[in-house]
Amino acid sequence: MKKELIELRVNGRPYELAIEPNALLLDTLRQDLELTGSKRGCDDSSCGACTVLIDGVAMMSCTLLAASCEGQEITTVEGVSEHGALAAIQKAYGDWGGAQCGFCTPGFMMTVKSLLAENPAPTEAEVRAALSSNLCRCTGYSQMYEAIRSAIAAERQVSAVAK
Amino acid sequence: MSGEFSIIGKPTAMIDAAAKTTGAGKYTDDLRVPGMLIGKILHSPYPHARIRRIETSRAEKCEGVIAVVVGKDAPNPYGILPVGHDEYALALDKVRYVGDNVACVIAVSEAIAEKALELIDVDYEVLPAYFDPEESMKATKDLIHDSKPGNLEKDYHHVFGDPDKGFSEADHIAEARFIANEVTHAAMEPHSTLASFEIDPHTGKAGRLTVWSSTQVPYYLQHKLSLVLEMPMSQIRVIKPLVGGGFGGKSEVIPLEIIAAVAARKAQAAVKITYTREEVFWAHRGRPRTIIDLKTGIKQDGRITAVKARVVQDGGAYCSYGVVTILYSGALLGALYDIPNIQYDGYRVLTNKPACGAMRGHGTVNVRFAFESQLDELAAKIGMDPAEIRQHNLLKPPCITVNGLRVQSYGLPECIEKTVERSGWKQRKGKLLKGRGLGIACSHYVSGAANSIIRSDMPHSTVNIKIDRDGGVVVYTGASEIGQGSDTMTAQVAAEVLGCSLPRVRVIAADTDLTPIDIGSYSSRVTFMAGNATLRAATEVKKLIAAAAAKQMGCAVEDLIFRNDQVFKQNAAAASGAGLANESIRSKRDEASVSGRVEGQILRGSLQQKRKEEGPKDSLTFEEAVVAAIDFHGTLTGTGSYAPPQEARGGKHKGAGVGPSPAYSYSAQVAEVSVDEETGEVVVHKVWAAHDCGRALNPVSVEGQIIGSVWMGMGQALTEEMVWKDGMLMNPGLLEYRSPSSVESPEIEPIIVESIDPEGPFGAKECSEGSLAATIPAIANAIYDAVGVRLHESPFTPERVLAALRAKRNAKSLGLTEGVDPTAPARFREHGGSLCFKGKGPERHALDPSRNSAPAVPGRAD
Repeated sequence: MKKELIELRVNGRPYELAIEPNALLLDTLRQDLELTGSKRGCDDSSCGACTVLIDGVAMMSCTLLAASCEGQEITTVEGVSEHGALAAIQKAYGDWGGAQCGFCTPGFMMTVKSLLAENPAPTEAEVRAALSSNLCRCTGYSQMYEAIRSAIAAERQVSAVAK
Repeated sequence: MSGEFSIIGKPTAMIDAAAKTTGAGKYTDDLRVPGMLIGKILHSPYPHARIRRIETSRAEKCEGVIAVVVGKDAPNPYGILPVGHDEYALALDKVRYVGDNVACVIAVSEAIAEKALELIDVDYEVLPAYFDPEESMKATKDLIHDSKPGNLEKDYHHVFGDPDKGFSEADHIAEARFIANEVTHAAMEPHSTLASFEIDPHTGKAGRLTVWSSTQVPYYLQHKLSLVLEMPMSQIRVIKPLVGGGFGGKSEVIPLEIIAAVAARKAQAAVKITYTREEVFWAHRGRPRTIIDLKTGIKQDGRITAVKARVVQDGGAYCSYGVVTILYSGALLGALYDIPNIQYDGYRVLTNKPACGAMRGHGTVNVRFAFESQLDELAAKIGMDPAEIRQHNLLKPPCITVNGLRVQSYGLPECIEKTVERSGWKQRKGKLLKGRGLGIACSHYVSGAANSIIRSDMPHSTVNIKIDRDGGVVVYTGASEIGQGSDTMTAQVAAEVLGCSLPRVRVIAADTDLTPIDIGSYSSRVTFMAGNATLRAATEVKKLIAAAAAKQMGCAVEDLIFRNDQVFKQNAAAASGAGLANESIRSKRDEASVSGRVEGQILRGSLQQKRKEEGPKDSLTFEEAVVAAIDFHGTLTGTGSYAPPQEARGGKHKGAGVGPSPAYSYSAQVAEVSVDEETGEVVVHKVWAAHDCGRALNPVSVEGQIIGSVWMGMGQALTEEMVWKDGMLMNPGLLEYRSPSSVESPEIEPIIVESIDPEGPFGAKECSEGSLAATIPAIANAIYDAVGVRLHESPFTPERVLAALRAKRNAKSLGLTEGVDPTAPARFREHGGSLCFKGKGPERHALDPSRNSAPAVPGRAD
């Protein structure tokens, strides 16, 4: 298939890429941009390891055409760290054991980021419902909840100090 | 306790946590090398067939295809067990399951490789296939492997004590058949391998091979590659990048690992192969579906008098770890309770399905489900509390069980006590609302096998430590981090022994060129064995540092304390009183490390001169002590290794090698469930899980491992099941397989019990597998408590629970389980009883029961 030129904005940076029109966003991110943080755990939107944000909305990049994302702001796990340091949620996932093998973690990072952007104080049930788009095989999810709670508390503390 | 240790026992983030949460960490499929090609494998569509001819020329002519590999390109057999070399890189003459490996296309892109797969013509002669292990055992012709008569991989018959006498002394005997259906690891990372040859500068031809692979055991992969490729092991380097979960599924050599190397040799370029999720299911090596015919006798006082188990495992088409699995199933009847008489008959049977292998709780899980369920039935029979009957059958360690297993530390009594207490068992059991119930069960597991699968006297783990003038501690270990926290444990143990801070320690792991041999991450061996090896290596280095430091400080070696990046005299003021003094040391250390950078690099000479003038000090910084030691000894390295002691290696009977371990972990769990009597749906509300891990080196990881094990057990108990139809896997996807999501996962309360094992590193034992096996029977027993049905077939899907409930009240069968009552299952059923698939399928063997009589499926006449 003949390649076509597209422009993608990923993590705030513009890229001009020549890709096949049927290229999936996940493959484009991983192979063309070498942003390998997003993972392929299945091939059919079952597992959520490939989750990225498209204009702030959590989407699974394994079943999105890269070409369809032109003109939108794509955020991958590589764009989560702030000012060269871990974001609160990343630090908390490490501290509380939210990540074991870590393969599903980038997807969870994006899902949690999108959840907290929409709902900064989710209930436990809301957290569970939001996380159900992603699968983890190591943690049984429990320690993720603790991590998310702790990240929310840390963010609150920071914003209180700022005020 | 916090005063006793400065590093271990504290919740510690994994040392690779940031790599995982930022996406910076590299897993095998994230790697690429220049000129790398992609391989795609052609799989068999038939469960059993002879290959008459493979025609690859059309595929080879395809633009972008570099080579096509077939069986004769690498005809040497291999297998994980020395007694089970029955696999080939690609099929030589026969395929034995749907998904067996036939050919591999290597192309410049995945799309081209996939297209070329369709251009390979294979001429198959389809053979009758075996799907039911009990029928497969009657086979006289069309054997799956010619060398295995009766399609029997291996059978064992063990008698310990006098079971007949034991049963004659029993007041009550229960006897029943249990069936556990097949489950698989479904680790989140699909297997991936990248293989690349270097040109040898002397011969000018392909020389050394480097393989990056998602493996739990780099050393075994190196060994099997050497067999198949006929290359010396020294010419093969295996590197394990980050691994996205294993659970046993990466603990043996998986076909793609061998195929990628053979492909790289033929294509004369680097080749990467990554499985699709569907291929991961076909590669399988999970927990075999198992038939357990179990008989248990007890006295009126609850004491077990004898146990007899006949176990049949549907092993699939290749040996894999099968011989070990069937032995574990029998051996681990011992070492949990005091059972005086045991009879065990185990059959590992070949069928035309993907091979089963090792999965979390290897060999014990299904038998434990049967045993703990039956023990519950017996408790009900004698009117005894289910927690109490377990307390009446405890071992009295230190002891050696009737089947030769040495038990030293034994936290089971405390585990039972704690779960009973935390769950409110005594107050709540039997008093919950209708449809809600509590169940209890126990389990145990090895902390590594005392006998390695490769018969050899080499240590099971070796660790090297190097410390240089910068004060950095580098630990080289072959142990494989697969997400369980192995690297962090290694760093913690080294830092604790050396009294240095964690960031000082760098762990280089699982690279066969750099790290000494360790037999990998499986059977929960890493903390015990690699932990002990690290402890010994660090102790050796510490001795060298201590000798130099003592000399400089003018005191005896025995008077030195290593802690908080300091080496100080025992009686010095800084050492007295752990709490406050630690703080002052810490602030002192921070200053030291700031100025130390300058002192260490530039001003060391003048600093030492200054210190000399000042005379002997009461304390040295870690860096000063290291510099002194290097000046004194010339170099600073240490090595340590671990091999299980002879006393822990088990009895002398045939098959005695499997089951013995230097230490066993123990678990007791209470599950609270509710059952919807209209739909048969079971909801687990909470599981209290107490686990005796010896000592929790990193509590956050220990809790994570307990929760993860219980959760995976819950998956097997309620939803997970590989559904077969004519040898085809009907649900090769994560959602169809039904790996539980967050909304289906209950609260799990981990309770750490520390029995302090005399031989474990700082007393530690395993914590990653032992809890899994108790969850399934705890849930089964809770279902009985809730609605009064004893399910003898797992998983306890709504279909099965409903069928059992309707059978109990003599209601008309809905046909959801082909009319079979899951409280008394007779044999494996196609589609596992959960789903119905119509269709003719391939020719089934004449002996196969479903060939002539199609299963009756009432209400499905369409």
